[in-house]
Amino acid sequence: MSGPPSPSPKNWFRALRRTRLGEPCMKTYPLECVELLKRTRGAFQAGRTVNERFRQTQLEAIVRMLVEHECDFVDALGRDLHKPRFETVISELMLVKNEAVHAINSLKKWMEPQRVERNLTTTLDDCFVMNEPLGVVLIIGAWCSPVHFCLVPLVGAIAAGNCAIVSPSEHSSHTAELLHRLFPSYLDNECFHVVLTGLNELTEIVELKFDHVFFIGNKEDGTRIAQAAIRMLTPVTLVLGSKNPCYVDEHCDIPITARRIAWARFHNAGQNMVAPDYILCHADAKERLLQALRCCIMQFYGSDPRESRSFGRMVNLECLNRTRDLLGKCGKVAVGGKVIEAEKYIAPTILTEVTDSDPIMQQEIFGPVLPILTVNSLDEAITFINQREKPLCVYAYSSNCKVISRLMTETSSGSFCSNDCVLQSLLAVLPFGGVGASGMGSYHGRQSFDNLSHRKSCLLRSTRIESITYLRYPPYEDRNLSLMTWASNLSQRSQGWCQIL
Amino acid sequence: MSREETVVVRARRAFQSGKTKPLAFRVLQLKGLHRFISERRKEIAEAVQKDLHKTEHGTELFETLGLEGEINLALERLAEWAAPRPVEKNLLTISDEVYIQPEPLGVVLIIGAWNYPWAVTLQPLVAAISSGNAAVIKPSEVSSHSAKVMEKLLPLYLDTELYPVVTGGVPETQELLKQRFDHVFYTGNSTVGKVVMAAVARHLTPVTLELGGKSPCYIDKNCDLRVACRRITWGKFVNCGQTCIAPDYILCEPSIQGRVVEELKKCITEFYTDDPKSFEDYGRIINQHHYRRVMALLEGSTVALGGDSDETQCYIAPTVLSDVTGGSKVMQEEIFGPVLPIITVSGVDEAIQFINEREKPLALYVFSPDNKLIRRVIAETSSGALLANDCLVHFTISALPFGGLGNSGMGRYHGKHGFDQLSHLRACLIRKLKMEGVNTMRYPPHTAKKLSWARFLLLKQVNVGKLRQMAQVTLFAALAAFILQRFFRST
Repeated sequence: MSGPPSPSPKNWFRALRRTRLGEPCMKTYPLECVELLKRTRGAFQAGRTVNERFRQTQLEAIVRMLVEHECDFVDALGRDLHKPRFETVISELMLVKNEAVHAINSLKKWMEPQRVERNLTTTLDDCFVMNEPLGVVLIIGAWCSPVHFCLVPLVGAIAAGNCAIVSPSEHSSHTAELLHRLFPSYLDNECFHVVLTGLNELTEIVELKFDHVFFIGNKEDGTRIAQAAIRMLTPVTLVLGSKNPCYVDEHCDIPITARRIAWARFHNAGQNMVAPDYILCHADAKERLLQALRCCIMQFYGSDPRESRSFGRMVNLECLNRTRDLLGKCGKVAVGGKVIEAEKYIAPTILTEVTDSDPIMQQEIFGPVLPILTVNSLDEAITFINQREKPLCVYAYSSNCKVISRLMTETSSGSFCSNDCVLQSLLAVLPFGGVGASGMGSYHGRQSFDNLSHRKSCLLRSTRIESITYLRYPPYEDRNLSLMTWASNLSQRSQGWCQIL
Repeated sequence: MSREETVVVRARRAFQSGKTKPLAFRVLQLKGLHRFISERRKEIAEAVQKDLHKTEHGTELFETLGLEGEINLALERLAEWAAPRPVEKNLLTISDEVYIQPEPLGVVLIIGAWNYPWAVTLQPLVAAISSGNAAVIKPSEVSSHSAKVMEKLLPLYLDTELYPVVTGGVPETQELLKQRFDHVFYTGNSTVGKVVMAAVARHLTPVTLELGGKSPCYIDKNCDLRVACRRITWGKFVNCGQTCIAPDYILCEPSIQGRVVEELKKCITEFYTDDPKSFEDYGRIINQHHYRRVMALLEGSTVALGGDSDETQCYIAPTVLSDVTGGSKVMQEEIFGPVLPIITVSGVDEAIQFINEREKPLALYVFSPDNKLIRRVIAETSSGALLANDCLVHFTISALPFGGLGNSGMGRYHGKHGFDQLSHLRACLIRKLKMEGVNTMRYPPHTAKKLSWARFLLLKQVNVGKLRQMAQVTLFAALAAFILQRFFRST
């Protein structure tokens, strides 16, 4: 079985030359995807990905790709999103590396069949659950963290033994092109591909026969993808953007709270699916919080964030205009508010006097704008959150653990974090995903592996002990039934009814 | 507001009141369900007799016994399943609480099937109740007597707002599917499965689909044919072949086809006598539509055994077809009837190829004494489940996830798998507003030094268990050194 082509000098120079000359990448059309899918499926059916060694080699190749081309990624993300180097390295490259290393270290354990509990009557049988790859997975990543959203699910897909076709968003075009160029030099050319398409072509592509579709993005696109997947009964994982509420209690350390919230909201210029979308602040803490946030923004980005190398830009004019419209229509600008269209810049902005019927509260913000709504009690905050769709994350800041506990148990969301933001979505050990309108299915670490595997139940019996099994055959007799009922009552403490079957 | 809308709104309101959150409530409901099955045994058996011509013993064996087992398992393990599940920490989260909390989804719609009207409708209900959801139960209208009994009697044992039963046909089901649910659990065929998925996709409702397919059964020429055929006969003709995991067709070498037919004949006679039509333990096809469908499948194939039928009774004798090919009519759809085609293949290689050319089935059966062969089939084919040397019984083991993939469905249930399928496993990270010093490395303005700290802290996975172990070993070593030192000093 041949491994992936190693980055030989010829390949390295070719990649370097392409990166320097900025050769435009050809868009992949649905017809080409049909061919690509056929080739990938052929590679899967030939059994290339089944072997543990192969999967490890591919995962190691991903790590090498990120290490060797760190500068290229920083450059591409800088051009796409004006992303500071720090954010690229930490929230994109390091995250993927972490996942890949975690997968490499745990792969053997994950791949082992899981034996299930047996009882007296099944001690002679072999009863286990096998983790089988699904086949070909389609991964559609969002533009706000293109490396993370394309490569973390890919790590899961590779670990589970699948082949994959990755479609990075056309909005982060430099990163998409970079991935398209680097993949052939690091990963197996038959099993893993990058395609460059827009959403309309994507829905056509989803209708082809994939074994799983993994989508991270906004709700409208996610719904279209889910509907397209029905044709072939393709299971989907959807991680969808939502309005993530953040409750700030009267009893909490305001300066630290403000710092954590400001970091979470304004990094990547607010274009982050797990950022707190709006604050529900207890009336008694509002002024202090506002003041503290003002100070934090000054500390992080200086008096003019436009000059700061640590502050990003909007990905394109469409998103800028959408956010600017929301800004103009409601509330009062307490901090920031400046918009410079030519630079795709929106200053870190805080809005007050926002009500829940304002346009800004009807859709996900996805920009560096943070509305603060006032609530008079925890009950009001919980009611407010529960009246809306289930979000991807719920955040709560309080030094009172009863408050945290109540907020956690009385609301529902993809994930929950108290006294911090975003961190729960970066850990490989915690599943990350949505519920209800924020999606279905989850990924990260073991969860990715399980989600992208088929857990096949296996029961291996022998044909030798037929004398016990005769009880189940017709003609059915009272005597046989009572024996079986009696036996099943005995074995109720174990995991099955009437193992005598 | 239509009846269906009213029912769903009421269920949602009841769920939102938080009634189902305490485990004690769920235990009460599960016990109520258990009482229903024990006290109403007779009514259930009568209904199934009218629907599927099944005897009381058959009903108890195949419908209620399994249900009782699932309820007892849920009662025993509920506290364990519903508890927070801690996960590994790293250096960054070492002082935090990091765990996964199972949470109910909300209102689940369970659409049952007619072939085992009690088992496949109420087993998902056990999962829904134990995971703390409300559930709207829609039994299949095709098994109409069972649906009526369920509608009349179940509300006497369960909370009527949280677990309403809605009966009706296609229009009522369509009306139900217009409402918004948090999960839909459907058992049936793939055509309707797609319709269900499409109906709920606009609400982004996740679905579990337990569909069917053609479950292949490979018989190795070296196996004990007598025992193998016995088990296959049982698996195939129980419920008159109307089981989603029944062995749909046999693959075997031409040299043993004759013997297979002979053994099947012996077993059929032993189980169902020479005249299965008059024998009480042999079932009937559910209705005339399916009767005609199954009879039409016989076209073009050689009947080796059986073949008798009676439309007035929807009776089809246990039938075996020989020398069938991949292109025969009977191989174009799931049979779901007492017709067993035999296809000859040159060996396990051709059998694997034949199986892989087709859609992934819900179950795959292999009869062979050779472990290597069995392992080969496991590795080289894909199916919901694989059974060696028996049929159907994996359905009874709650520890094994039951479900399909590809055309045979998505999602799984039974035991804890059902609980997890109908729960949301929410990631929780509980931090404190202390140790802010550690966090400063992530705040702007970004510097190279902060970046190197971040690299260190994020990339190191810490196994807290191992650290504790290391600390214990160090302590033990220090103690040992101390004792030795005292010992040497005294001597």
